[in-house]
Amino acid sequence: MGRLLEVTDLQVCFNTPEGVVHAVNGISYYLDEGETLAIVGESGCGKSVSVMSILGLIPTPPGEILKGSARFRNVDLLQLSESELEHVRGAEIAMIFQDPMTSLNPVLTIGLQITESLIIHLNMDSDEANARAAELLELTGFSQAAARLGDYPHQFSGGMRQRAMISMALGCNPSLLIADEPTTALDVTIQAQIVELALNLRDQLGMAIIWITHDLGVVARMADRVLVMYAGYIMEEASVFDLYKDPRHPYSLMLLSSLPRVDQRRSGKLRPIPGSPPSMLTQPKGCPFAPRCSYVLDRCREVNPPLEQIAPGRQVACWVNLEETK
Amino acid sequence: MNPPGKEPLVQVRGLKKYFPLTRGILIQRQIGAVHAVDDISFDVYQGETLGLVGESGCGKTTAGRTILGLYPATEGQITIAGVDVRTASGEQLRHLRQKARMIFQDPYSSLNPRWTVSSIVSEPLRVHKLLANEDQRLARVRELLEVVGLSGRYLNRFPHEFSGGQRQRIGIARALASNPEFIVCDEPISALDVSIQAQIINLLEDLQGRLGLTYLFIAHDLAMVRYLCNRVAVMYLGGIVELADGDDLYEEPLHPYTQALLSAVPVPDPEEDRKRERTILSGEVPSPVDPPSGCRFHTRCPIAKEHCTQLVPEWREVRPQHWVACHEVTG
Repeated sequence: MGRLLEVTDLQVCFNTPEGVVHAVNGISYYLDEGETLAIVGESGCGKSVSVMSILGLIPTPPGEILKGSARFRNVDLLQLSESELEHVRGAEIAMIFQDPMTSLNPVLTIGLQITESLIIHLNMDSDEANARAAELLELTGFSQAAARLGDYPHQFSGGMRQRAMISMALGCNPSLLIADEPTTALDVTIQAQIVELALNLRDQLGMAIIWITHDLGVVARMADRVLVMYAGYIMEEASVFDLYKDPRHPYSLMLLSSLPRVDQRRSGKLRPIPGSPPSMLTQPKGCPFAPRCSYVLDRCREVNPPLEQIAPGRQVACWVNLEETK
Repeated sequence: MNPPGKEPLVQVRGLKKYFPLTRGILIQRQIGAVHAVDDISFDVYQGETLGLVGESGCGKTTAGRTILGLYPATEGQITIAGVDVRTASGEQLRHLRQKARMIFQDPYSSLNPRWTVSSIVSEPLRVHKLLANEDQRLARVRELLEVVGLSGRYLNRFPHEFSGGQRQRIGIARALASNPEFIVCDEPISALDVSIQAQIINLLEDLQGRLGLTYLFIAHDLAMVRYLCNRVAVMYLGGIVELADGDDLYEEPLHPYTQALLSAVPVPDPEEDRKRERTILSGEVPSPVDPPSGCRFHTRCPIAKEHCTQLVPEWREVRPQHWVACHEVTG
């Protein structure tokens, strides 16, 4: 598989009245063609910013990309002008967001919103575009799709809106679909429908997916590879099977062991992570997770560990060797 | 029908809550009603945690609020510690409001941003005139903050100075102020970060052990409900479809909706999760304004028969302490 996206040393901050928020602190990651990468972490850990910033989708100001590069098929997205970037977004890279109600325009019909990108990016005329839009709605599970084109978003339920968003995203056969917490606002049975749909479409159309979420269950279901983020840093990168079977960063380990399981009887008490996520306004000297970590060493409070490869395809940013400690 | 040694603290029988839909600005005519809660019956036993689960809009929050009398019930009977909530006198109601309390979902909007922690937590003490003077109240607030794991030094701070998890602790301290016996926890962790949720759940459990509390725990996180609750009731479109002991319900769900709901929950273990059999329900939950005839689930049910569209299924105890509303389930 070829390399689709390669982000190197990306650093993003937000200049706010309270001070500088260090949202993403020099992270590097990649994505291969057809691969599903999940980025997990809690709110404010920088998981959305680390993807949205490379597409020019953070407001600047207050946002600022301090350094880094993001090569998509050998073009550095960070060097493109806004109009060049517009060509990439929507055509090559498509996005779906958490709240389908606020990301659809309430006063335009679904049909108009889906055909817009077809007309702009693929130069279709409106009849062609309408036919294609109906096809796309059918692909995402709408019955009588052509009749739905004249509907407005408020006539759809949450799950239908998210499916309409996916239809819109697929319009130009993107090679990359970015999904930012797409199932967080949805109920579990509808979430299962959407995840199933995304996986089917990935296999049918051969897209790569970046799935940004805090839900470790959804990640287990659909990802190939996972980045675990905390306080603007990547803490661990691993294949999904390695990560869940043998987490090597204390944060991954503690997060996984704080979760109850729907398929297992209770065994003992939950083991929560003490404390709360850090403020991103100050940059700690050492590892940002050190104040909450059960395995902390003196060194962790002094020097922030770099992300280092410990096995092929596996990186961890931690001074503790969890394998020996466990 | 009570299992041996269990006394019901809360009894709900045939509870209905409809919200009227009106048309017109000056002259309002009722044109229909949202059947938010439609004929539910269950007990909450002394000292247990009963989970009430279901998807958004199924009526679980409305049920919790109606049981505490925050919404007037449309029909049915609610008894808490022997007091009939719907016919209680003013004096009885005041007492009830000390003994039956609520913890809210959103720790951001449920605390008054202009009040200090001490006024928020002491409000029930002042309203119910529980302690004679300010000094005693302050001492009690300090004690309550420590009970929920916050420092007594936070007395004069404002809600915005706290994180989500800390705010939820303040909400819990307020609920505990009047020494309640029964607490309705309405999605108390769903607004919190994953790493904080387990902290709050452990706190609720510790408090239950120390203070002998009884919980109605309303949630949509099915894994957390299995962990925390003794028994679990599943709601769909205003009705309870199944009620059983936690492990029974999760290991042998009988109602097709419960089966689909449980199979949809992702398991945080890729090897296990990808092996699991999944029933993906088609379509969406119908509108509660005009719920389907017969069994409400028949429009999405994979095993629905002709009679399911006509006859409302009876609420039956098909196995000891395992209740189901479905024509197709046999014991």
